[in-house]
Amino acid sequence: MTGDAIVIAGLTKSFARNRVLRGIDMVLPAGRVTVLMGANGAGKSTLVKILCGVQTRDAGIITLDGRAFAPATPAAALRAGVVTVHQNINDGVAPDLDVASNLLLDELAAGSGFFLNTRRMRAEARRIASAVGLEVEVSRPVRDLSLADRQLVSIARAMSHRPRLLILDEPTSSLSAAETERLFALIERLKAEGVAILYISHRMSDIRRLADRIISMRDGQISGTFEDAPLDYSGAVRAMLGHEITEVDIDIPPPGAPVMALQRLQLRAGARPFDLTLHENEVVAITGLVGSGKSRLAEVLFGLTGPTGGTMALDGAAYAPNSPGDAVTRGVFQSPKDRLLNAVVPDFDLASNLTLPFLSRHQALFSMMRRGSERATARRMIDEMQVVCQGPRDGILTLSGGNQQKVIVARWLAEASRLLILDEPFQGVDIQARRDIGRRIRASAGSRATLVLCAEIDEALEIADRILVMSEHSIAGEHRNQNIDLGLVMAQVTETVAGTAA
Amino acid sequence: MKSNFDLVNFAIRYGFLLLMAGLIVGFSIAQPAFLSARSGVFIFQSVAITGILALGVTATLVVGGFDLSIGAVATSSMMLAAYVMVIWQLGAVEAVVLCLAMGAAVGLINGLLIVKMKVPDLLATLGMMFLLMGLQRIPTEGNSISTGMALPGGGNATGTFDPSFLMLGRHRLDFILPDLIPLSVVFLIAIALLVWVFLELTRHGRVMYAIGSNARAASLAGINVERYRVLAYMISGTLAAFGGVLLAARLGRGDVASGNNLLLDAVAAALIGFAVLGAAKPNAFGTAIGALFVGILLQGLTMLNAPYYTQDFIKGAVLVVALVFTFALSGRTGRGRG
Repeated sequence: MTGDAIVIAGLTKSFARNRVLRGIDMVLPAGRVTVLMGANGAGKSTLVKILCGVQTRDAGIITLDGRAFAPATPAAALRAGVVTVHQNINDGVAPDLDVASNLLLDELAAGSGFFLNTRRMRAEARRIASAVGLEVEVSRPVRDLSLADRQLVSIARAMSHRPRLLILDEPTSSLSAAETERLFALIERLKAEGVAILYISHRMSDIRRLADRIISMRDGQISGTFEDAPLDYSGAVRAMLGHEITEVDIDIPPPGAPVMALQRLQLRAGARPFDLTLHENEVVAITGLVGSGKSRLAEVLFGLTGPTGGTMALDGAAYAPNSPGDAVTRGVFQSPKDRLLNAVVPDFDLASNLTLPFLSRHQALFSMMRRGSERATARRMIDEMQVVCQGPRDGILTLSGGNQQKVIVARWLAEASRLLILDEPFQGVDIQARRDIGRRIRASAGSRATLVLCAEIDEALEIADRILVMSEHSIAGEHRNQNIDLGLVMAQVTETVAGTAA
Repeated sequence: MKSNFDLVNFAIRYGFLLLMAGLIVGFSIAQPAFLSARSGVFIFQSVAITGILALGVTATLVVGGFDLSIGAVATSSMMLAAYVMVIWQLGAVEAVVLCLAMGAAVGLINGLLIVKMKVPDLLATLGMMFLLMGLQRIPTEGNSISTGMALPGGGNATGTFDPSFLMLGRHRLDFILPDLIPLSVVFLIAIALLVWVFLELTRHGRVMYAIGSNARAASLAGINVERYRVLAYMISGTLAAFGGVLLAARLGRGDVASGNNLLLDAVAAALIGFAVLGAAKPNAFGTAIGALFVGILLQGLTMLNAPYYTQDFIKGAVLVVALVFTFALSGRTGRGRG
């Protein structure tokens, strides 16, 4: 069976004023693996949610085997033959039920009859399981299974619906190499049976192994389609990340004394150890794909987890923080990503959000807070950061996203630090706020080392003196931010252990 | 449209206080004796113990937890105080110190169960509640403790309640009128002030509110979240134990049948407190007002000869109305809720 399984034309979707999908045209041919690439916020997950019936589109046409396809619910999408395996494997299974019940869950939910015929169920389940190469006793509860087997259970369950389109969202993110290989073999087989496969991943090794064609998304639009062999992988990454770089003049100052020295640091078992020295009066940006180890490095520096090997030294003294509190005491601050989850205290006003890590600076006898001192600090930072607000007593959630982010960054600029780590400081902010924050970070960088983590390369180009590329939990490249060779940066971003060998 | 919006806002902020003022005026007209100093003091006295427990549970609510064991801690503390004085024949100071230490220890265990063993707060403190309800009856084989009681090993208990211990629950201070204000009311007011100052004005209170609002953010700001969670349960346990001391001093015996309503009354007061001044979050001032509100309502209705068995119904109705104030009305204006 060949032909185009799914044809999407002019698909749009907005959430309030936020246009997430701005006219997607896409063809998914039967019997081929189409890889979808896109940075966070590009609109991949919204597209998947529309295809699998979780959300409805605003406009556009989708046809499945020539018939109009507009699922109102996930169950309707499933009946029509669109099967989705989600990134979070446990979302797809009921851990307390046995394998057989999980495999037949949709039939149980649709439900005919009252009593269960256990013997017939198990026989049916065994047939479904063997079709995907799942070799476990079907009476075992799913919670006893490995993650990979659980995933096979949810795929096997999906397979019983004779799918036309199989959507896999980051399916290998928690699998071992052998388990990944087993999944790939299954994908190859389904492909041969004429199933269209939409594979979403950031892992270049998976993409090289599986992709027949690649579609890149950026800002709710298709930014590139690649289907001629050999596939242009770095072209696809470039299309996904974009590089309409706004010219920002960076004067690279001479770096000062070394502040943080990492030696033979290994971020996780099997990763290549690396050395890194961060200096005073220097802004270093680290870029890399999701899962490349940027956040892990920040966690290690901020005392949230330990490295698997190597040493760290802060101003020449051994540094091994065992908690964020410990790191802050030593002068290592971190402004986390995902501000609403990790940084904003929703019940507090602007001033209290700003002073949270350094409350003892504003306390009098018996730990009594001095509100006046807090408000003075808040006013100073509001001025410095150019936060648009009524005053320090504004509720934090009344501010716009960009201004919230300014407050969260200002929280860590209000006190002197030795090393300031900023994890995705430009996440979800408009261009003006991004400029303000970037300017303030650079202007205050003289007396400390600054490390900025950003997935978007243009953000790194806007703020850094030096740009490091991370890949596979190690440092893959280092560039002085002057006449930078973007092609090389892109190549290093997509470099993998498997990829360099290929 | 604008004035309508302001009205809702006004209702959220001052509705509950106005309702309380209205109740006082209404009861005074219907029954002039309601407005007397003695009646006022009686109201305070009737809510002193639940109020103190409610202030403790407020501390756990602030860090996003819940303490269901406070009632059992209070009755255990009452039994312990009686046991220490009647069976062991020790003095008032030893009794109070041991009770408070027991309460703090229970709070510590609750806290460790929750932060170290990862037991959900409601379940951990529910388990502790059952454990204590059973434990407090084991030493006396289920009997109440009073002077002269028959001991399990034979003979009679000869110890007595220390008179200075009984003063804690029974002594009254002269204030305008002779013998007007019971010590327990003074304790309630002092503890309410202390808890209010601690939660609203100190660094520690600020940190606890931050934990209740976004524990991850607090932790990533370098705050030791676990330590403050444990502290909240220790405050709760200690205050509940002090409530038990006052109960023992008022009753003059370790009564296995008393204190049944303490948990529910205290929790109700703390939750009613969410509605006071539109706070929409646990707060010491609101809790104190919540406790008083229930006290005023019950005293007024009692003076109007409402039957005793309607009390729980009325408390429940007040709680439901207060929760509607907190969640439905303040939700409409976009106030945060935990």
